[in-house]
Amino acid sequence: MHVPKSGRYTPIKPIFTQGPSSDVRIITAIVFSFALMLVDHRWNHLEQVRASLSIVIYPLQYTVSLPSRANDWLTDLFRTRDELFMHREELQKENLELHARLQKFEALEAENVRLRGLLDSSFTIGDRVLVAELIAVDLDLFRQQVLINKGSKSGIYIGQPVLDANAVMGQVTHVSPNTATVLLITDAQHALPVQVNRNGLRTIAFGTGIIDRLELPQLPNNAEIEVGDLLVTSGFGGHFPAGYPVARVTEVQHEPGRPFATIFATPTAHLERTNEVLLVWQLNTAATLEQEARP
Amino acid sequence: MSRQQSGNITITITLLLALMLEIMPLPDGLSHFQPQWLLLTLIYWCMATPNRVGIGVSWSCGIMLDILNGALLGQHAIGLAIVAYFSLKLHQRTRVLPLPQQALTVLLLLLVERLISIWVIGAVGYPAPSLWYWATPLVGMVLWPWFYVVLRDVRRRFRVS
Repeated sequence: MHVPKSGRYTPIKPIFTQGPSSDVRIITAIVFSFALMLVDHRWNHLEQVRASLSIVIYPLQYTVSLPSRANDWLTDLFRTRDELFMHREELQKENLELHARLQKFEALEAENVRLRGLLDSSFTIGDRVLVAELIAVDLDLFRQQVLINKGSKSGIYIGQPVLDANAVMGQVTHVSPNTATVLLITDAQHALPVQVNRNGLRTIAFGTGIIDRLELPQLPNNAEIEVGDLLVTSGFGGHFPAGYPVARVTEVQHEPGRPFATIFATPTAHLERTNEVLLVWQLNTAATLEQEARP
Repeated sequence: MSRQQSGNITITITLLLALMLEIMPLPDGLSHFQPQWLLLTLIYWCMATPNRVGIGVSWSCGIMLDILNGALLGQHAIGLAIVAYFSLKLHQRTRVLPLPQQALTVLLLLLVERLISIWVIGAVGYPAPSLWYWATPLVGMVLWPWFYVVLRDVRRRFRVS
């Protein structure tokens, strides 16, 4: 035992811990954990608790993401003037191209609204979009989730669709004031109602847990789908706006003995590489249907 | 500041560091070898200072980890609490073992946490993780001797007892 130089002896450590015995404690802890898991899993009542504890944890997440932020900052700092000019020129060219395409789109959209009016079906007029950045932290290794730097302060809500520049990425599952967790479409718990862009064939795309793979297990063997078909959101389920690209079909196997075809697709969004994501608010949404796309 | 308090601060700081290591992004090839940093730290403190760190602290840390990971609330907490319980029961025996043997005991404790965790994953119907899931306790075992020495030095330097 440690004896201080001053001659005073430290009090002897108690052999028996104070308070309830460790057996009682462990049983309490187990019961508590079970109760929490049950409530969290079955009823989702704990979002408020989670959100308030997330505030405590935010400094940790921020600190962990600092090195990657510093790296971004340094690469920006050491960019040469020529590089920046080249980049600007590229962006201008792209902007021009996009504007040209947009002109055609506007005419098409107007026509589409008119036709839908004739058919008496509703049509979402537009979406509001917010840009958020990913926070560089590792979440659970075996689930496909990312953390973004905008939260309920910016009006983000649970179930909100998340896109990148190319396609649908996923949806928001937890929100705290400054951050939000996004479940990617490739998570094995995620299902997304889609349709084939070419012929409007509707189905559901399931995540596989592999970052570049979606599965479409619910199409019969004679369904008209080919490798290379683009899948877009169908808007069923009420979570995602209709018409956003999701994935491209990469593999179609027809096995004569089986009732359903085996179909795989690769997400068009760069799930592994994006740094910025878009959060979408739908304007003029039709009544939200029962949440099919919920994880 | 009393010794009791300063010791608690040291322990809290190591636990916070462990929580940060848990979410530290690793390079792609290495990401599966992320050891259970928080659990290793808790096992150390349970063995070294069982009168300070025990089931309650471990459980609270587990809840923090659940929120950090976006997991079900209680999923890691239950495992950490149970492992803390075993480490408390075993601390007088494992403390005196030579480091390699201690590492083996730690491997068992780490495996217990993985088992509880995978059981919870199965019970709530999440998809089963790949075989890499079982690699982390092995990494923890290999790291344990160094980990132990570092934390022991920290403990001696800041006179936590």
